[in-house]
Amino acid sequence: MSHKVIVPIGPYHPLQEEPEFFRLYVEGEKVVDIDIIIGYNHRGIEKLSESKHFDQVAFLVERICGICSSSHPYAYVLAVEDILGGEAKIVPERALYIRTVIDELQRIHSHLLWLGLAGHFIGYNTVWMWAWKYREPVLDMFEMITGNRNNYGMFKIGGVRRDIKDEDAPILKKTLDELMPALDMFKGAVMDDPVIQARLKKVGILTKEQAIDWCVVGPTARASGVDIDVRRDEPYGVYERLNWKVIVEKDGDIFAKTVIRILEMYESVHIIRQCLDKMPKGAIDADVKDIPPGEGIGRVEAPRGECIHYIKSDGTNRPVRHKIRAPSFMNVASDKVAAVGGTISDATITLAAVDPCYCCTERVVVLDKRDNRKIMSGWDLIKLSQDKTARLKKEMQINE
Amino acid sequence: MDFRLKALTKSIWVFHASVGSCNNCDIEILDCFTPRFDVERFGIQLVGSVRHADAIIVTGAMNRKSAPILKKIYGQAPKPCVVIACGICACSQHMFKDSYNVLEPLDKILPVDVYIPSCPPKPEAIISGIVKLVNKIRGGK
Amino acid sequence: MNATTKIKEKLGKLIISWQESSPRRIYFSVAQEDIFKTAQFLFKELGLRFSTASGVDTHLGLEILYHFSDDKTGVIYSVRVLITDKNNPQIDAITPIFPGAEWIEREMWELLGINFKGHPNLKRLLLAEDWPEGNYPLRHKDEP
Repeated sequence: MSHKVIVPIGPYHPLQEEPEFFRLYVEGEKVVDIDIIIGYNHRGIEKLSESKHFDQVAFLVERICGICSSSHPYAYVLAVEDILGGEAKIVPERALYIRTVIDELQRIHSHLLWLGLAGHFIGYNTVWMWAWKYREPVLDMFEMITGNRNNYGMFKIGGVRRDIKDEDAPILKKTLDELMPALDMFKGAVMDDPVIQARLKKVGILTKEQAIDWCVVGPTARASGVDIDVRRDEPYGVYERLNWKVIVEKDGDIFAKTVIRILEMYESVHIIRQCLDKMPKGAIDADVKDIPPGEGIGRVEAPRGECIHYIKSDGTNRPVRHKIRAPSFMNVASDKVAAVGGTISDATITLAAVDPCYCCTERVVVLDKRDNRKIMSGWDLIKLSQDKTARLKKEMQINE
Repeated sequence: MDFRLKALTKSIWVFHASVGSCNNCDIEILDCFTPRFDVERFGIQLVGSVRHADAIIVTGAMNRKSAPILKKIYGQAPKPCVVIACGICACSQHMFKDSYNVLEPLDKILPVDVYIPSCPPKPEAIISGIVKLVNKIRGGK
Repeated sequence: MNATTKIKEKLGKLIISWQESSPRRIYFSVAQEDIFKTAQFLFKELGLRFSTASGVDTHLGLEILYHFSDDKTGVIYSVRVLITDKNNPQIDAITPIFPGAEWIEREMWELLGINFKGHPNLKRLLLAEDWPEGNYPLRHKDEP
């Protein structure tokens, strides 16, 4: 006899920092359906854009999401520069390199952040603490270059606002050198751990067909064998000139998504090093004055996937229309198929696997389909996940 | 200030409520619990249920959908409960104040005890805000 | 044969206008009744990825741009439709072709008031349940 239970995840789930409702319908231990209710972060940014100058919009969109804080302004300025003829035509060389460095530093901090959260969800709190500890030097680098740990205010139409000073480049390189052993540690800890493999392999699978039908992007898509990456498909910044690779896996499970994020960090370090070596001297800003009437689309590969902005201009100093589509808008929707069929103890990590940035998207309750409803808190749901890991460790006779 | 609240300043259990934030403040709050800042050594802990909380730390510019939920949460919190507005969005709505979905500032709905401005406030600023709160409760300035 | 050639060949008469604003940005218009066929061709036959859709309130009507990405070439094909009846705007949903369109069509319904016929789950996505009916935030209220 099936007994469906309500297990709330959200809206104030302690480790999912943003309010969002996932309603999981379960039968016994198995998730049979899911409803996703967003909107708690909807601040009407697209409409607000229409009342701001083009320059102000860059600051506005930075606050769409704190984690991919440079992706949105980058995609936005690319959209406006599209109207002007394209980034490559307008933006000075040095600024292209600086933009790329910021973009990749952001990827590193974002993936480390995710790694920490994922570690906590499955009961590896040391992974959480270490991942976030090694994230701090990356944030220090942001503060050194841009003045702020988050919300960098770097992107403007036609270039960047601040330069990377000559004396800062060696410090940045040294920080990256010091990060490498940490990445090696995470790689070893995660990829070689049999318990983590048992927790994450074959869990939360999104097949290639599903990934295509749900139009997912980023590591979520690449984990399922869909080989897409805006940095290679429609290059921006200086990606075309550098030596780096797109990481693709084929199993579509959470382990694949984890591997991709870890390996991408190595690529990011490699890209930044090349930028620092090749960056020429020169102007960092093209001093764009007017935006002519027209339409432009700009997109970047945020840590979570393709972030795309559309701008319509009528020649005045404000956008007529600004459409923003964050990567999580596509990825979170695919939880509808990824989480269904799994167990409650895997639900938390499955939902977290797409690296949801809910605030990007706009913006867990487990329900019993029958009458008896037992409500567990989100805290309990994480506990379920952590208990499963502890159980597996015991079964595999591994002591921490 | 309330005698019970004074007793709580030995260790503060904090419930984190994000009502429409971009996540930056939330990450910086969580950062406070990581090794570099480690507020747990001061007895500050994040709790999963507001019923155990001594303080609610609110982030984000409250919108139409999240306001009723925040009111409910505050209602469920055992009193006395202090409210901390973390980040400029929670303090004064920031650049979202003209939005069709962001209606009232937080302090029109809840009694805010501490305002921690900035976008986002660094962990040092958050800790400083909490220290000021503790001092306020203890009767200092 | 690249995607551009295939689109022009197969959709041919359905294309009302064609504009290449840059090598990687192609905008073409079809009539609103042809959107389902167009989307099906782009997604199923050409294998383009649906990136997003953007609706905008113009003085001519409600315009929707469906942005499809050809990841092999980095070109974005934006299909433009114009819904002239602003009092009762309707168009076929493309969600039945691929579920990835579900959320964006719900968003356009609630922010612009466009009814997507055949959408399996047309209900509120972002706005509160008690948001006043008939109030569409992205419509321009000061339009003549």
